[in-house]
Amino acid sequence: MANSHDTSTNTSRRDFLSKAVVAGTITIAPGVLLHTTAQAATGDVSTKAGDESVSSKNRWGMLIDTAKCATGCTDCVDACNKENGLVSHGRPKSDTQYIRKVTLKDKSTGHESSLPLMCQHCETAPCVDVCPTGASFVREDGIALVDKHICIGCRYCMMACPYKARSFVHEEVENQTLTAPRGKGTVESCTMCVTRVDNGGIPACVEACTAENHNAMIFGDLNNPNSTISVALKEQGGKQLRPDLKLNTGVRYQGL
Amino acid sequence: MTRFLRLIYVLIGLTLLSTSAIAETPFPTIHEPSDESKKCIHPEDEMRRNHMNYILHERDETMREGIRNEPASLANCINCHVEPNAQGEIAGIDSDEHFCNACHQYASVQIDCFQCHADRPQKYINRSKHSSSIQQQLQQTLAADTSNKGVNQ
Repeated sequence: MANSHDTSTNTSRRDFLSKAVVAGTITIAPGVLLHTTAQAATGDVSTKAGDESVSSKNRWGMLIDTAKCATGCTDCVDACNKENGLVSHGRPKSDTQYIRKVTLKDKSTGHESSLPLMCQHCETAPCVDVCPTGASFVREDGIALVDKHICIGCRYCMMACPYKARSFVHEEVENQTLTAPRGKGTVESCTMCVTRVDNGGIPACVEACTAENHNAMIFGDLNNPNSTISVALKEQGGKQLRPDLKLNTGVRYQGL
Repeated sequence: MTRFLRLIYVLIGLTLLSTSAIAETPFPTIHEPSDESKKCIHPEDEMRRNHMNYILHERDETMREGIRNEPASLANCINCHVEPNAQGEIAGIDSDEHFCNACHQYASVQIDCFQCHADRPQKYINRSKHSSSIQQQLQQTLAADTSNKGVNQ
């Protein structure tokens, strides 16, 4: 009797454990499966759990093919403005720009290329070097951000940035989006849509470029050799802007 | 002695002033979410006293470490507690009816969260009026840009 009782207890415990494991798999599955089947193996999006800190295992970057980027097309810029709630005050020189379209001309050959220019998410970022409060920082996974809670709006970073990627908010802001807080008196720049990235998404500009079938932008993990971006960089190459500065930028360009 | 008496008078005067000021400000009513299935992460007393600590702590974890599933977040407060009134109008942070502002005005504590953060849920933010103007500006900038054949400043 005692034995049979023991056996039944063990069985039921085993049953419970196996059920618990199954239940666990099912609850985790919707979030994880999505990534593992579609993306995680290639390292194209973040697969970190919601309560997990970002780490230097990943380095998020972008690859832009200027041959596919049409002059005059602003789909990425529009998507960025919409995503981050950027509005114009009718003064283009001081209006916030996270991305702007730039035309580069090689003077010796006359070759012109149109490209979107945004924060290059440098590994050794000059904006971080000069920031007196520690508001400018590069996350472990390579995304350069401004902590607006401690930014004092001194604008040293804007002067230090060789890409002119940062903007200062001159006006009081209202109607901010929920994922992009921004306010008067602070500096801001492309965040690589950090909330989207943390939730396993891709930046709004890349999404728009792909949705419009231009396919000029690739987002992914530079540290993962199997990611689409790493494979493309390995096979076709990609240049940094101003490589002489040795900043190891997270944004690379092809066709310059 | 007269100096002491004068001090007493001043103190009494100040007390009277402050009590009358409080009496004029109505005690704020907390807006309960219309969706009764939504439960706050902590009891009302706890939230009333310590909400700022929860938000402050998790703000840095979110900002620096990308941890975005913390139960305490400003966005979550706003999403549940800020809703349109019976007339279908939604109160901004400047209004006495705004969930955060109602108490903060009563307690005379100035907050600057909403200089940067959205003060109402995403679905009530209308920015269609701006999109055309910025597009226009960008087209103008681009036109100037291509005519200069150089980097747009």
